[in-house]
Amino acid sequence: MRYAAPTTTDEALELLRSDPDSQVFAGATDLIPQIRAGRPEPSLLVDLKRIERLVAVSHDNGTWTVGAATPTSALTANAEFSSAFPGLSEASGLIGSDQIQNRSSWGGNLCNASPAADSAPALIVNDARAVIAGASGERTAAAADIVTGPGETSLAAGEFIIEFLLDDPPAGSSDAYLRLIPRTEMDIAVVGAAVQLTLDGDRVASAKVALGAVAPTVVRVPGAEAALAGSTLDDDTLAAVSAAASDACNPIDDKRGTIQYRRQVAGVLARRAAQIAAQRARSQPTQGNS
Amino acid sequence: MPRTHALRTQVQCTVNGDEVDFLCADETSLLNALRDELGLTGVKEGCGTGDCGACTILVDGKVNCACLMFAPEAEGSSILTVEGIAQGDELHPLQQTFLEGAALQCGVCTPGFLVAAKALLDENSDPTETEIRYALAGNLCRCTGYDKIIRAVQEAAVQLNGASK
Ligand SMILES: Cc1cc2nc3c(=O)[nH]c(=O)nc-3n(C[C@H](O)[C@H](O)[C@H](O)COP(=O)(O)OP(=O)(O)OC[C@H]3O[C@@H](n4cnc5c(N)ncnc54)[C@H](O)[C@@H]3O)c2cc1C
Ligand code: FES
Ligand code: FES
Repeated sequence: MRYAAPTTTDEALELLRSDPDSQVFAGATDLIPQIRAGRPEPSLLVDLKRIERLVAVSHDNGTWTVGAATPTSALTANAEFSSAFPGLSEASGLIGSDQIQNRSSWGGNLCNASPAADSAPALIVNDARAVIAGASGERTAAAADIVTGPGETSLAAGEFIIEFLLDDPPAGSSDAYLRLIPRTEMDIAVVGAAVQLTLDGDRVASAKVALGAVAPTVVRVPGAEAALAGSTLDDDTLAAVSAAASDACNPIDDKRGTIQYRRQVAGVLARRAAQIAAQRARSQPTQGNS
Repeated sequence: MPRTHALRTQVQCTVNGDEVDFLCADETSLLNALRDELGLTGVKEGCGTGDCGACTILVDGKVNCACLMFAPEAEGSSILTVEGIAQGDELHPLQQTFLEGAALQCGVCTPGFLVAAKALLDENSDPTETEIRYALAGNLCRCTGYDKIIRAVQEAAVQLNGASK
């Protein structure tokens, strides 16, 4: 296996073109354990971390641009980012230990395409877009359209994600992410639930709900979103959110949880995440749209 | 930038304050390069997959698992291993409190705990027990139990704070 550390996206694309058995990586926190578990090594590994755009974080003209190889610890430590997207920041901070945090990236978390990837539901409810480099130039796709199944993505051979774009949330909005794991740290989600919502006075103007680890890919829950929209988060609404979330699950039975348990937990977490997001949205300065 | 090369790549970096230069195959983990090329056997391999923290080192001041890095990635970086935390012959307060508090049995996890705890105390000189437990959540110990380790870190924090007052 050869290692290369290009410093521009063009150089990276050229390396990927030069060897059909090449693969990009950022933190290698998924890659190395997979190789150790017996997955064949690629013949060329392309390290994305020396390309400036891949590790840059900026906020201009109402849009956040986050390099796809940025370590998640840099996001949780970024107070401005974390106050704009508290749920996404928390989801990112849940990935592994401090050691892992200094390496784990959104690009890797998403493209590894594990159904339990913690940042994925939170990226999706925040309408994150991925800027993708490929042989024919750059294109932009919704983060929701990257993962197509366990271990599978919609990226073509030789493509990689350069950065993610997130628009400033509208005034009166916030988000939350909750996950259940059997331990308090260092485990993989049994269920993850992300909610992003915008309030108009006492009522929810619009909401997005997504679940992780309960189906082959992240699932949106339109039933819960419809129940939340226009509501004041009363008990009936919350019961409807839970029921819709449980129904949206298509989980597996494994050592971390049975199908029935995962469905039940998904309902509880979706409801609680909606309440937390609403509470955060209420405590926001009303004219916050910068 | 490391030269790409079919067989051996030359890597230059700073380890425990010294500039070093070594040759390695590209797929070598930084863990194996530190142990086999540089003789820094304080860096332990417990799992090789990021779960146990026995291989914890600081890379540019931040905790990392040496088993989850390819050696060529270290090019140009500054690395600290457990061998670099004492001041000459004088042990770091953490090393002293681990010894005095018997915060180790077999010792395989100890270098990783010491480096992770040093990183914590460098950033937060007076951590709560909860903060210590979270900061050390990536380090596993299969013999001592965690209580003595946590106490040793608390005691070292007290000593370090006393010294700086
Ligand atoms: C001890 C431990 C604990 C963990 N805990 C969690 C956890 O709690 N929650 C969780 O979700 N995950 C967890 N993980 C998994 C992993 O850390 C995360 O998925 C992490 O975000 C992966 O990022 P990375 O940069 O290390 O990915 P890498 O290993 O570098 O890459 C992963 C995959 O994505 C591809 N890739 C990387 N970057 C790009 C890009 N920019 N464009 C296209 N493809 C790309 C690579 O080719 C590879 O296939 C854990 C891992 C370990 C070792
Ligand atoms: S050997 Fe690196 S984490 Fe276990
Ligand atoms: S002392 Fe043996 S693993 Fe910790």
